[in-house]
Amino acid sequence: MTDPRSAARRRVLAFSLVPAWGVWQPAAAQFRVEISGVGATQIPIAITRFREEDKSGVALSQVVRADLERSGLFKGVDANVALDENGAPQMADWRARSVDALVAGSAARLSDGRFDVRFKLWDVVKGVELGGQAAAVPAADLRLAAHRIADYVYEKLTGEKGVFSTRIAYVSKAGNRYTLRIADADGENAQVALNSPEPIISPAWAPDGREVAYVSFEGQKAAVWVQDVFSGKRQLVANFRGSNSAPAWAPDGKQLAATLTRDGGSQLYLLNRDGENVRRITASSAIDTEPVFSSDGKNIYFVSDRGGGPQVYRMPASGGAVQRVTFDGNYNISPSLSPDGRMLAYITRQGNAFKLMVMDLSGGGAPQALTDTSDDESPSFAPNGRLIIYATRAQDRDVLMTTTLDGKIKARLVSSLADVREPAWGPYGR
Amino acid sequence: MDGLGVGFASRNMRALWALGAAALIAGCASSVKLDEPAPVENRSTGAGGAGGQAGGASAGSTGQSSVANVDLTKGANAGAAASTIPRTIYFDFDSYVVKDEYRPTVDAHAKMLSADRKRRITIEGHTDERGGREYNLALGQKRAEAVLKSLTLLGATPQQVEAVSYGKERPVATGSDEDAWAKNRRAEIIAATK
Repeated sequence: MTDPRSAARRRVLAFSLVPAWGVWQPAAAQFRVEISGVGATQIPIAITRFREEDKSGVALSQVVRADLERSGLFKGVDANVALDENGAPQMADWRARSVDALVAGSAARLSDGRFDVRFKLWDVVKGVELGGQAAAVPAADLRLAAHRIADYVYEKLTGEKGVFSTRIAYVSKAGNRYTLRIADADGENAQVALNSPEPIISPAWAPDGREVAYVSFEGQKAAVWVQDVFSGKRQLVANFRGSNSAPAWAPDGKQLAATLTRDGGSQLYLLNRDGENVRRITASSAIDTEPVFSSDGKNIYFVSDRGGGPQVYRMPASGGAVQRVTFDGNYNISPSLSPDGRMLAYITRQGNAFKLMVMDLSGGGAPQALTDTSDDESPSFAPNGRLIIYATRAQDRDVLMTTTLDGKIKARLVSSLADVREPAWGPYGR
Repeated sequence: MDGLGVGFASRNMRALWALGAAALIAGCASSVKLDEPAPVENRSTGAGGAGGQAGGASAGSTGQSSVANVDLTKGANAGAAASTIPRTIYFDFDSYVVKDEYRPTVDAHAKMLSADRKRRITIEGHTDERGGREYNLALGQKRAEAVLKSLTLLGATPQQVEAVSYGKERPVATGSDEDAWAKNRRAEIIAATK
């Protein structure tokens, strides 16, 4: 079932993915996804090898399977069966394999060099076809086509939007080189957005996904830049006296919150996204930093040590009455809010360990630790609020991980390059 | 004959040497302009941090033979006259208090700044590796600002000093032990270029 409009839209989007600032290069660092954990209720799903996917160079069925498994809601079932979107699968056979859902497809090469990616999704339990799609994509967009299939399957079977076509930003450090990279949500296809001999920290996606703000030390101090992802065009937005850091976008994309020290001490300010109209919104003699807007733009959560150690607080977005939000432990930092505003992820220090926690902001219970590692950093919610990406340390390397909100299913985005840190999950709508 | 010949020759030789030496010195003096600061790279190009103002304030006091040291690997040395003054102040864990033992260091820098109002410095604050990046950036900033405050109390003007922070991004010691951590909890006084 081809929807001509969506196929056309995909073609347009696929074209615009080719970067203007450089040659399209396959990622030098290949991420492998290692998924661990057992989820409570997982839909067993079989994704048969797409006809001709071997020839396309991308194992589409495996990309789809890894995406769905990483969500924690699906369990991939091996199925070495030759089937494509035109087949008539025997439901009884599939039920016998304990499969509840089935995906089959193909990736035939077209005469113009693109690939015609088609698939179908069946509900094995009910024995009905749920739908399918087709799109012609250039080779460079084969992985994206697979991610879109995973999104479609996820939405059809869970009722929620998938995040597999979204992107992540993160910083990679090798020796004295720092790179800001933008990759697919599964860690593949990383492209370098910024290459610097000085540190880069705190990347923050604009709400429309077209720009990234970050802190660069290229001027021998911390300064905030905004960079257009597609064109590479960048603007120095905050370079006041002292350090300028922790940029956070307002949901309307027109303003940033940031930590500036221009009046002495680290305080929070609002500024237009071009750097004009700077307004101070906190007034303490403490450290106030790491602002993050709520999705409705009405509140800002931030870190302050006005009470002694750093804790997470909340105030109206234009400043005003400050309320403390975290109470467990004496060191709580790096807040990230779920899009529905209900959950707060943050990092707590327990003894010498730094651990990822989530808490229900509606007052439901104690914060939960999500990991058994001890060097967690920089949590960031996926736009559907179902996964969190974070950095941690494993086997002496800095690595990126995703976790479900119950901490049960984790995936490691393994880097064969260098140390990776500071992940930020991008919005929908690539 | 030897005596006279040698004597005469050696006198001439000495004269020749003296002339030659004078010529060399004169030649040196004309090709290295010691009254002007040595050419420096602007650190903000990100080329790795040039050695800055090595020639600046100290040219007059170091004589004609000094060679400016342009250090590209790290922020500038303060020039020959200032290079004997320590430029690093260390801090206790979670603290930004400038301890009494560093009073002489702060004093010496404040005196230099008071003596030359055109002289400018940057104080870089640093933390050890433990804790979040942004919070540590702010802690490093507090350390730098504490040193700035001490300097202005002792005679420097605020316009001469900028306090910045690298947080935990630029450790001088690797390792996850108290020894390395103690070396990284510091503020460094860097003479500014231009």
